[in-house]
Amino acid sequence: MSTAVKHVIADRGDFSWSSLLRRWETLLVAVLFLVVAVGSVSLREFLDANNLADSTFNFSEKALIALAMTLLIIVREIDVSVAGILAVAAVAMGYANTLGVPAAGLAVIGIAVGAICGGLNGLLVTRFGIPSIVVTIGTMSLYRGIALVVLGDQAYTNYPDALSDWGQGYVFGLIPREFIVLLAFASLFALLLHGTTFGRRIYAIGSNPVAARFSGIAVDRYRLALFILAGTMAGVAAVLLTGRIGSTRPNIALGWELEAITMAILGGVSIAGGSGTIGGVLLAVFTLGMVTYGLGLANVPGIIMTIMIGALLLITITVPVLLRAGAGARR
Amino acid sequence: MTWRAIRLGPWLKLREVQLALILVVLVAVIGVRAPVFLSGKSIDSLFTDSSILVLMVLAQMLVIVTRGIDLSVAANLALCGMAVALLGQKFPGLPVALLIPIAMACGLALGAINGALIGFLNLPPIVVTLGSMSVFRGSIFVLSGGAWVSSHQMTPSFINFPLERLLGLTHLVWFALAAALLAGYVARHTRFGRELYAIGNHPVSARYVGVPAARRLFAVYAISGMVAGLCGYLWVARYAVAFTEIAYGFELNVIAACVIGGISIAGGVGSVLGAVLGALFLGVINNALPIVQISPFWQSAITGAVIVVAVVLNAREGQRTGKQILPLHRSASETEMPPSVLEAKA
Amino acid sequence: MDPILTLDKISKRFGGVQALADVRLQAYAAEVVALVGENGAGKSTLVKILTGIHQPDAGEITLDGKILSLNDPLAAMRAGITAVHQETVMFDELTVAENIYMGHHPKTGGLPRIDWARMEREAGRLFERLDVQLSPRARVKDLSIAQRHFIEIARALSQDARVVIMDEPTAALSQREIHELYRIIGQLKAHGTAVIFISHKFDEIFAVADRYTVLRDGEFVGAGRVAETNEQQLIALMVGRAVTQIYPKQEAAIGATVLEVRDLSHPSEFDHISFPVRSGEILGFYGLIGAGRSEVMQALFGLTAPSGGEVLLGGARLSIHSPQDAIDSGIAYVPEERQRQGAHLGMSIRDNVTLPQLAKFGAWLLGKRGQELALTRTYSERLELKAANFEQPVAELSGGNQQKVVLAKWLATQPKVIIIDEPTKGIDVGSKAAVHQFIGELVAQGLAVIMVSSELPEVLGLADRIIVMHQGRIRREFTRAEATTENVAAAAMGASIGVATGVGLGAGA
Repeated sequence: MSTAVKHVIADRGDFSWSSLLRRWETLLVAVLFLVVAVGSVSLREFLDANNLADSTFNFSEKALIALAMTLLIIVREIDVSVAGILAVAAVAMGYANTLGVPAAGLAVIGIAVGAICGGLNGLLVTRFGIPSIVVTIGTMSLYRGIALVVLGDQAYTNYPDALSDWGQGYVFGLIPREFIVLLAFASLFALLLHGTTFGRRIYAIGSNPVAARFSGIAVDRYRLALFILAGTMAGVAAVLLTGRIGSTRPNIALGWELEAITMAILGGVSIAGGSGTIGGVLLAVFTLGMVTYGLGLANVPGIIMTIMIGALLLITITVPVLLRAGAGARR
Repeated sequence: MTWRAIRLGPWLKLREVQLALILVVLVAVIGVRAPVFLSGKSIDSLFTDSSILVLMVLAQMLVIVTRGIDLSVAANLALCGMAVALLGQKFPGLPVALLIPIAMACGLALGAINGALIGFLNLPPIVVTLGSMSVFRGSIFVLSGGAWVSSHQMTPSFINFPLERLLGLTHLVWFALAAALLAGYVARHTRFGRELYAIGNHPVSARYVGVPAARRLFAVYAISGMVAGLCGYLWVARYAVAFTEIAYGFELNVIAACVIGGISIAGGVGSVLGAVLGALFLGVINNALPIVQISPFWQSAITGAVIVVAVVLNAREGQRTGKQILPLHRSASETEMPPSVLEAKA
Repeated sequence: MDPILTLDKISKRFGGVQALADVRLQAYAAEVVALVGENGAGKSTLVKILTGIHQPDAGEITLDGKILSLNDPLAAMRAGITAVHQETVMFDELTVAENIYMGHHPKTGGLPRIDWARMEREAGRLFERLDVQLSPRARVKDLSIAQRHFIEIARALSQDARVVIMDEPTAALSQREIHELYRIIGQLKAHGTAVIFISHKFDEIFAVADRYTVLRDGEFVGAGRVAETNEQQLIALMVGRAVTQIYPKQEAAIGATVLEVRDLSHPSEFDHISFPVRSGEILGFYGLIGAGRSEVMQALFGLTAPSGGEVLLGGARLSIHSPQDAIDSGIAYVPEERQRQGAHLGMSIRDNVTLPQLAKFGAWLLGKRGQELALTRTYSERLELKAANFEQPVAELSGGNQQKVVLAKWLATQPKVIIIDEPTKGIDVGSKAAVHQFIGELVAQGLAVIMVSSELPEVLGLADRIIVMHQGRIRREFTRAEATTENVAAAAMGASIGVATGVGLGAGA
């Protein structure tokens, strides 16, 4: 097939400011800026370095879960049992603690239990082809229930200091260790998702699972891996959270799965799969963090924050649709 | 399994028969362990305690059939319950006959918000109802200022209505019965109901044949809210208390019952009978636990295990073509029209 | 006679693209008008305007003398215009009767309830009228594509359709089913309905249509009676230039056996499949729908697990448990549905082309973009892909270019054997020759090509050897010299005709 004119394809498109401005991440940066601006103007203590640093305690553990949740949502799956996994992992740690296992061992146990629970989720989804929303609704009750059965109305306490060093400790006396851990993991996830073959395949699976399979990607193996990863991160979060609050109750991390999902969706990860960035999720985490921080400083009760976050989620998904409907040709 | 070859007619699918049998066996087993479970009083208590769940499950079933999900129902219930409790506290003269429609209207309005976003703006149901769930739940605090409404702040007529009897059955059971009959009728014998199944089966095709999908979806979420509103009154009256955290997590019980009852999360499949059986199943487990002297701490774990088992059994029998998609969102689904049909290019 | 449906000066623009400009079309009662044109000519857009999915920017639609304004599918349905689509519009879990009546279930009086009995009776009556055997109570998910088409036609009848539009209805039908469809179209005509028939296949057009209308690049270029024209003239109108040879066959040197399949079996789909393929050879796989050809290929490619048999590549036994194994061994599979099974529309051209090869770049992709681009560029240029840049999402490309991206992706794996499933499915006349020439170039470079095709002329024109499958088994094998339209078609249906020596091939329709 020969044509008279040879068509030349450029390596990449021209850089355009408008397409940069239209990106989700840009919107988030703007919102973050706005929140910080409003906060610092209306609240004296907002820009205090110590306060800001301490605010990261509120979201560091949740964000760890959100990182793994992001990958799952990209491949068109979901895991609402992560908070339950965290609870089981924390309970396992608490039990091991009563047996005298040292701190390092506790951490290993917590993470391992998380991985195993995640593995069960993954197995049910890949082996039996059951939609992950249904599986994880079931395992959520199951895991939370196990925690309840073991604990009853008691609580585990008396954790070793090494654990609270990580949960409550600071680096340079200012920045919480948990936050550093979060940044480290975020970097790893970003590298994984955006710079490796593994990550590229994740996007491919989310974009078109059938074509991914036809292209030689072992789709089920990747899904399983991501569920195990989600469980593992829940385990890591369990270790840090236990270190921070120093006790384990059956209602630990109640509602955290929804917060993790909210962080991801707010971060621009499409529920339809195939798109989303770690950067976006991190921005969403900071934005939500700043909002809760500011509201906390203003002594707004936690439950009101729940409304704000829910409303923020709704507004974030509604506005683009309304804008597109208004601007684009209707019929 | 070769069971699928047996056709039991258009209403009685094999799945529902299996579920009913399992339920009977379960009840029998528990009855053997603790004969008091089979007493009239206990059975009556079982039905009464399950009524609210049955009501919610029926409404949720219609939503799930359209390939959607409504995670906000428990928060909706709690908000409307608090609203009428406060109303009843402020105006003790208001009759229950007025409070119930008010609760339903409240729920309807809340559900309509979901319906508008999901039906008319095409937003994914899981995300929308996640958001509205938080908003509703938080609003309870705003409404009540964090205060509780306890039984001495409620009038006797307010509290007694759900448990008063009519022809031997409590009002709660009557509500559930009426709802089941109504839902069965709608699902089977009205265009509205059949169109819901069409939408869940194949949303694009439904639009092609002229089904007003946007309006139907709006309606189904509004109905879900309305039922939640009704249950809000029933809950606070029955338990004679209203506070911010009531029914926290209840939406998961509702969805679990649907799944157990054979309502497919992928949409388009599910019967009212299955929904009721699923609700009764959970009701039996919940009621049986204290009788068999299993501590209530086991409830969550057992419920979870039951869901997992039910879902695995479902999967092995159903043999859908490995749809590993997240069915609760609207866009790219393997059963939708290929881009060539939807694209502007000829 | 006056037309019952007239479209006049219809124009439609989407963003920057003028999809239709001043198009006219006329349909007559009890007649079939074929709507003909290449991909991109505007046929689909016209159909969507007729069915109320889009509204024209300008122009008029007149039915029975009345001007229509079709604002949504419901309006079109009420006006009496229905469409039978390529991908059937069906509700799998519901019954046949309900599929026909969805949206307008018959109701009984009193309490408004659906009259199931009447619905099933009416459905039965419709099938009687069409002379089709289908139970109104059957669940659609158990039915074949042909049966689904019949249901759609029944639906059209149930809505008292004045105009029935058929969009490539025979795409997935067997010969027998196609003839069944022709008969049903005859019934529709006898009923006074006007039929608009969209098809790429000239034998169908000439078999069934009374009139024709040709579109090209969104414009009306000609119309007339089918009896007064021929294929050459239609092609000339469609393409705007003379197209002589449709299936150019280049001779390539056929070398040693590259792939050998022995006794490949599957519990339910195929049995004892054995054949060799040699380098430089085009091996055609022909058969009816359900013969098992694609299933054999999918087993070869590792998508499904065979229950027995072996595959040898260059004499060495292959162990293929997954598509990755097949790719690593040098087998590529270009699937039938290029968009659904082959392309990641939301991802860039570069991402698509490098996908099966990622392992070649190692675990880390940072800093490898240059290498990826080089690979992408090489194969895109070979296929003469037209795009703005390699980071463009594939969704933004035209259908033909999307297919090229899929081909480029597979060529980049440098396979020894490439399996192409339905190479020209959905491709119009003007581009078919290009695809065939391309296949010829592939084998000239020493590749072995296995071509699964349901188009007899294509198989006869291109293949060096033809394997005909029937109900999961290889029925006959023909060399290029032996094959004729009759004996290949007969083998596909399970019968056999003696091989005539020295008889020419059916090159072209």
